[in-house]
Amino acid sequence: MTTALSAKEIVSKLSAEFPDAVKEAGADSVLVKSASLPAVTEYLKTADGLKFDYINYITAIDYYDYFEVVYMMTSTEYNRSVTLKTRCETRNRPTVPSLAGIYQGADWQEREVYDLMGITFKGHPNMKRVFLWEGFDGHPLRKDWNK
Amino acid sequence: MEIDENKEYIYDSYQLDCDEGKIIEQMKASTKKSIPDPADWIDADLKRNIVLTSLDWVIDWARRSSLWTAICYPACCGMEWMATLAPRFDGSRFGMEIMRASPRQADLLITAGTLTWKMAPNVRRIYNQMAEPKWVIAMGACGISGGIFRSGYNVVPGYNKIIPVDVYVPGCPPRPEALLYGIQQLQKKIGRAKAVPDLSELPNPLNELPNPLKKDKKK
Amino acid sequence: MTTTQEISLQTEPFVLNMGPLHPSTHGVYRMRVTLDGEVVLDIEPMFGYLHRGIEKLMEERTYTGCIPLTDRLDYASAMGNNLAYCVAVEKLAKIRVPERGEYIRVITAEMIRIANHCLAVGSMLNDAGALGTPFFYLWNEREKLYDLFEMLCGQRVLHNYIRIGGVSQDLPDEFLPALEKFVPQLHKFINEFEFFLKQNEILIARAQGVGVLPKDVALNCGISGPLARASGIKRDLRKDDPYSVYDRFEFDIPTAENGDCYDRYRVRMEEMKQSLHIIDQAIKKVPGGPFRAKVPQIIRPPAGEAYGHIEGPKGELGFYLVSDNSIAPYRCHIRSTSFINLTALRQMVKGWKIADLIVIFGSIDITMGEVDR
Repeated sequence: MTTALSAKEIVSKLSAEFPDAVKEAGADSVLVKSASLPAVTEYLKTADGLKFDYINYITAIDYYDYFEVVYMMTSTEYNRSVTLKTRCETRNRPTVPSLAGIYQGADWQEREVYDLMGITFKGHPNMKRVFLWEGFDGHPLRKDWNK
Repeated sequence: MEIDENKEYIYDSYQLDCDEGKIIEQMKASTKKSIPDPADWIDADLKRNIVLTSLDWVIDWARRSSLWTAICYPACCGMEWMATLAPRFDGSRFGMEIMRASPRQADLLITAGTLTWKMAPNVRRIYNQMAEPKWVIAMGACGISGGIFRSGYNVVPGYNKIIPVDVYVPGCPPRPEALLYGIQQLQKKIGRAKAVPDLSELPNPLNELPNPLKKDKKK
Repeated sequence: MTTTQEISLQTEPFVLNMGPLHPSTHGVYRMRVTLDGEVVLDIEPMFGYLHRGIEKLMEERTYTGCIPLTDRLDYASAMGNNLAYCVAVEKLAKIRVPERGEYIRVITAEMIRIANHCLAVGSMLNDAGALGTPFFYLWNEREKLYDLFEMLCGQRVLHNYIRIGGVSQDLPDEFLPALEKFVPQLHKFINEFEFFLKQNEILIARAQGVGVLPKDVALNCGISGPLARASGIKRDLRKDDPYSVYDRFEFDIPTAENGDCYDRYRVRMEEMKQSLHIIDQAIKKVPGGPFRAKVPQIIRPPAGEAYGHIEGPKGELGFYLVSDNSIAPYRCHIRSTSFINLTALRQMVKGWKIADLIVIFGSIDITMGEVDR
C-alpha cells in the first residue's frame, strides 16, 4: 500500500535541512515557498530514506486569490508518496521555478500547466504552448476565462 | 574489308525492302476494311449477355461500388470504424475495405471523431486534396454537431462547418451496422446522381466567340 | 582535396512532418522528425489535435455527469477510465462500495485490460509490417469482449457502466456463464497466437533490441504500466497500492529486463494471461447483495481534495479532484498515462531508422483522446 508520508515526518526532515522553506503543513500535503521548491525537491529525490524518484503529476488550481501548483511524488523503493504545494499570489504573469531539470517527466506537464493555466515555469528549457495553438486568447482553465 | 560478290549474304537489301513494302501494303489494306457489325460475328451465347443501359447508370454503379476511404479517424468513432472493416462486419461486402493513406486516391471521407479547431485546417486540406467526385460521411454525434463536447472551447460544432457533408450517421459512437447503413444510403445517393452532364445545358463556346463580321459591319 | 567518396558521405539533415493524420500514428499525433537520410536525429512531438477541453467541461457538470466524459478519454479502454474516476470521487466523498460491486468492477476492469492489449499488440504488429492478419485475429477476440460488454451495459465501446458507489446495473443472469465459457477459449487463443509469434524471425528482427528504454530514464520520465514493467520497474498499483478488492486475488506482475519493443510485446501477452487468471478467480467468488451503495444522483462531497489512481491498461491513470462542497468538481486534473508515457519517446528513437520509429511508437500504446484530453 502506498502510504502518504505524513506531513509531520516531512516537516521534521525538511526543517532540519531548509529552516524557512516550509510555509504550512496540512494533513497530507506540505506547502513550500516557491523559491526553495527546486532545492526541496532535489533533497526529496536524493536523500537517503526518502528517494522520491517518480513524479506522479503536476497540476495547478485557480483559487481566484492565488494559484496553487501541486506536485505528487512517489518513492518506488519505499512505496511512499508525498504531495508538495506551492503558491503564486499574482494573477498577472505568475511564475514558479521549473522542476524539468530534476524530473524529466515534469517537462511536458509543466508546459501543459502553462498552456491551460498560464503559470510560467522559470528555467524550463522549452516554455511554449502544448495543446492550443500560439495566439490562442488567454488560458482556458482559469476560472475567470470566458469564451 | 572487301565484299565478295559471289558470296550470297543472308540479308539481301532489296529483299528486305520488298518485305517492308508488303507490311505497309497489308496495313493500308486492313484500314480500308469496314468494321464488322457485332451482330454478324458475336455468337449467340454472348448476345444474351449484353444489356443496354444509360451511361449515367454505369458510371454511378462504378462509383458507388468501390468507395475508397481516406484516413480521418481523430477519436472514439475510429474504434467502430475499425470494427466495420474487421472480419465480423466486413465492410468489403460494400466495396470499401481499402483505406487510403493518401487522400488523392480516395473518394470517401468518413469523419470518425471530434473535430477541434487545431485540426480543422488539416481536415479541410485533406478534403481539398481528394479527387472529384468525393463524398463525406459525418460519423457520430461529434461529427454532426459537436455532441457531448459541443460547449468545449476547442471543438468545432460539426464537420459541416468546414466541409460539405452528404450523410450523417448518428450515435456516440454509431454501431458498425449504423455505419454500414449510412454507407448504403450514400450509395443510393450516388446512384441517383447525374454523372453525365446534360450537353444542351452547357454553354456553347462558339456563341461566346467574338464575331469579326459583325464588328466589321458596325465600322 | 576532397574525393568523390567524401562528397557523397556529406548529408544534410532535413525535417519531415509526420501526422496528424497518418495511418500509424494511432489517432492524430503529429511529430516533426529531423532525419539524416533514414536515421532519426531528433523528434519534436506536437499535440492538441484532439484537445477537447475535458477538464474544463468537467467543471460545469455534476460528479455523476462527468462519467460519460471520462469514457471518451481513453476510448480503447473506457471501463478503466470510469473506474479511476469513480475511485477518486469515492475517496473524496468517503463512499464505501458493496462487495458485489467491487467484484463486478474487478471483472470488468480486467476484461477491458485484455481488450486494450488485444488492440495494442495488434496495432504494434501492424506497424511492424504484419499488415492486417494478426490485427484482425486479435480484433476478433476484442469483438467477443464487446459482446460481453454489450450484454452488461448495452454499449460496445464507451460503456459508462461504473458509477459512483458501484456499477449502474446488476449482472444479467447470462453474463457469468458466458464469461466462464469465454475465458478458456481466450486462453487457448493466446497460447496459439504466442506460438506463432514467439519465435517469429521477422518480429524478432524488427523488435528485439529496438527502442531500448533504460530503467533509470523510465523512472525519471514517470513512465508506468507495461512500458515501465518491460524496462524492469516492478511497479503495479494493483499490488503496490491496492484499490477495489485486488488484494484478494493471486496474480503475478510480469516484468522483463531489456526494455525493448519485443519485451513490451511479451509483457502485454503475459498480462493478458494474468488478467484471465484474475477473472477466473473473481467469477467463482462473486458474492450476492447490492451492487451499488445508496448514493444520490447529485452528490456534494465535503470541501477538500483527493487523488485516486488505478493501474489502467496503459499504466497509472489518476484523477485529482478538488471539491468546494458544490455539485460539480471545482477542479479535475487527469493524470493521463499516454501523455506521460510519450515523454520518453524522444530518447527511445534517437539514432534508429524511420521504420523503427513506427514500431517503437506502436509499442508505447497510446490513445490520442487521453494524450490531448
